[in-house]
Amino acid sequence: MSAILEVEGLAVRFGPTQAVRHAHFTVHQGETHCIVGESGCGKSVTSLAIMNLLARNGHRHAQKIIFAGEDIQAYSDRQMEEIRGNRMAMIFQEPMTSLNPSYTIGSQLTEVLRRHRNVSQAEAEARAMALMARVGITAPAMRLRQYPHQLSGGLRQRVMIAMALMCEPELLIADEPTTALDVTVQAQILRLLAELKQELGLGILLITHDLGIVARVADHVSVMYAGEVIESGRTADLFARPAHPYTRGLIDCVPVPGKIKAGEPLGSIPGTVPVMKEGFQGCAFRFRCASATDACTQDVPRHEIGAQHHVLCHHPVTDKGSRA
Amino acid sequence: MSTTPILSVSHLSCQFKSQGGLFQPTRLLRAVDDISFTLEEGRVLGIVGESGCGKTTLARMILGLQKPSSGEVFVQGAPLSSLDRRARARLIQPVFQDPFSSLNPKQTIKDIISLPLRAQGTFEPHEIERRTAALLERVGLSLEQGLRVPSELSGGQRQRVAIARALILEPRIVICDEPTSALDVSVQAQILNLLDELRRDLKLTYVFISHNLAVVEHVASEVMVMYLGRMVERNQTADLFKTPRHPYTQALLASVLTPEPGLGLPDVGLGDIMPDPAHLPTGCRFHPRCLKALPQCATQEPPLRKPTDHAVLECHLT
Ligand SMILES: Nc1ncnc2c1ncn2[C@@H]1O[C@H](COP(=O)(O)OP(=O)(O)OP(=O)(O)O)[C@@H](O)[C@H]1O
Ligand SMILES: Nc1ncnc2c1ncn2[C@@H]1O[C@H](COP(=O)(O)OP(=O)(O)OP(=O)(O)O)[C@@H](O)[C@H]1O
Ligand code: SF4
Ligand SMILES: [Mg+2]
Ligand SMILES: [Mg+2]
Repeated sequence: MSAILEVEGLAVRFGPTQAVRHAHFTVHQGETHCIVGESGCGKSVTSLAIMNLLARNGHRHAQKIIFAGEDIQAYSDRQMEEIRGNRMAMIFQEPMTSLNPSYTIGSQLTEVLRRHRNVSQAEAEARAMALMARVGITAPAMRLRQYPHQLSGGLRQRVMIAMALMCEPELLIADEPTTALDVTVQAQILRLLAELKQELGLGILLITHDLGIVARVADHVSVMYAGEVIESGRTADLFARPAHPYTRGLIDCVPVPGKIKAGEPLGSIPGTVPVMKEGFQGCAFRFRCASATDACTQDVPRHEIGAQHHVLCHHPVTDKGSRA
Repeated sequence: MSTTPILSVSHLSCQFKSQGGLFQPTRLLRAVDDISFTLEEGRVLGIVGESGCGKTTLARMILGLQKPSSGEVFVQGAPLSSLDRRARARLIQPVFQDPFSSLNPKQTIKDIISLPLRAQGTFEPHEIERRTAALLERVGLSLEQGLRVPSELSGGQRQRVAIARALILEPRIVICDEPTSALDVSVQAQILNLLDELRRDLKLTYVFISHNLAVVEHVASEVMVMYLGRMVERNQTADLFKTPRHPYTQALLASVLTPEPGLGLPDVGLGDIMPDPAHLPTGCRFHPRCLKALPQCATQEPPLRKPTDHAVLECHLT
């Protein structure tokens, strides 16, 4: 399958803060690529940077941002507007900030389609209702006439998903698309995305902190820490042989039903992500890492540790069970 | 040693009117339908259920933010409707899901945390200052962070702010609606550990709404399962997870995605047709999707039964 999105050397600055640093990953057609990582590590900023939707104080720089064979960095605002919501759609992390509170759900859904396709209002409404049904919203006719505040959190999230699918995009960037959904609806939405991936060859960049979702739907995973992709690999490899100490810590923190002892604190990685400033050197995880040595203050080498599996670390864990 | 429960909810219902669409009559949406329960001090009631089944609406009624269509909430035996806004705020406080949209972006963290105290209008400035500083420390934030605005904090730190704001009036009950669903697993664990510590130290009682069943299993002492506005099952946490009785509870538990690659997505056979809250099925509300439905499920409302001392179940199956 060919690549639908190729990102190389992506950096985003907000004033002196480096939110994203030389991030790189590729999303293929018909593939789900997951990005995981701690709150604030730059996942949303990465996706906003791809869509060219950064806040005014954000500065983007990249070696490559190739969408469907073309570098879109040089695109004008108009060219971007043409592909955004159309060939490249995004489900934003916070539905309330991306749904306009003063318009009905119906007018917001149909507007997307009518902006990009020459269809009548009735056709647009029919498509909106069909998609709402597919994301599990019943009584779509009633929902179309409601305002965002009249919907539950999960309904709003599903409206956002339907909106992103209105134009049958080639690339879907989904930022935490199922956090507000119960597990049965979550499974339904994820099944729908898997179907579209098969049917339309949709490429999906899925941002989530739920490693259960990652394990079940991702073809490939990139783990971010402090703005960098610190480990990347095919899903099965990454879960079987997590090589970066952070990745291992993350997997160990996942609470699994039936396996938690009541009254005991949950496992967590102590400390917080440092804020990256210009000139930072060495591994950003070293302040929290049990394997850190003096070497970790130096530039970190990238190790290829398997087919399509690489890690940024001075002391990668190469064998499960042997923790330094 | 049975005393008055700290929280008791009696036949609570909430209905919304909604436009049915062009040329269609207004429809009545029963978001919460006749829910009753009691909660003892120091306990944690987990609430789980389908998106849109009425969890947030129930939480808002308990907080006094949404007027019930019928029924009453009692706090320490006193009807909530008999308390004014300030008195309510001293007893019950919320922690919501998205700390970002519920925090004023222009205020400093200290001002946000101290707002409930200032709104009471009875505290001296130095007392406000002292309590705010103590609480910042208690939730693991520095005084320097207290001077920042919300956008300068991480998601986990903002959730700590929301918790501090909820605790400043030293309430007895805290209603947490998806308090960690915006957080990654490590930060989530930190926040849950903090909530648990605070509960034990301050003898708090929690109502804890979450879609993450593993989290609920960890934090809750008892769990209530909601479906389309009804409480369909309730039990002690360990029992509910070990012996889920209601078919919906069983489907919910079977849909949990554990981090095991290769297992794919479970399909528990509920179908893709979601219920319509403004057009409730007859009989048991779950029957159109229930794999175990009996003939009477389509016509008769299931009785509320008590299979054990602690368990409550609304289902025709025995
Ligand atoms: N407009 C902005 N101005 C300044 N800093 C910003 C801005 N937007 C984001 N940042 C910073 O960039 C960093 C990355 O933020 P981002 O939203 O990408 O995190 P995230 O990985 O999506 O986290 P979460 O899991 O909490 O959503 C954070 O430190 C954040 O504070
Ligand atoms: N202000 C309102 N006006 C009309 N309908 C409303 C209003 N608030 C909630 N509802 C409806 O009530 C039902 C229950 O909503 P509620 O927000 O309580 O669900 P929830 O269980 O919290 O869902 P979620 O898990 O998705 O957050 C939904 O069908 C919702 O659309
Ligand atoms: S480079 Fe060093 S500090 Fe960073 S993760 Fe590897 S061992 Fe830990
Ligand atoms: Mg984000
Ligand atoms: Mg809710």
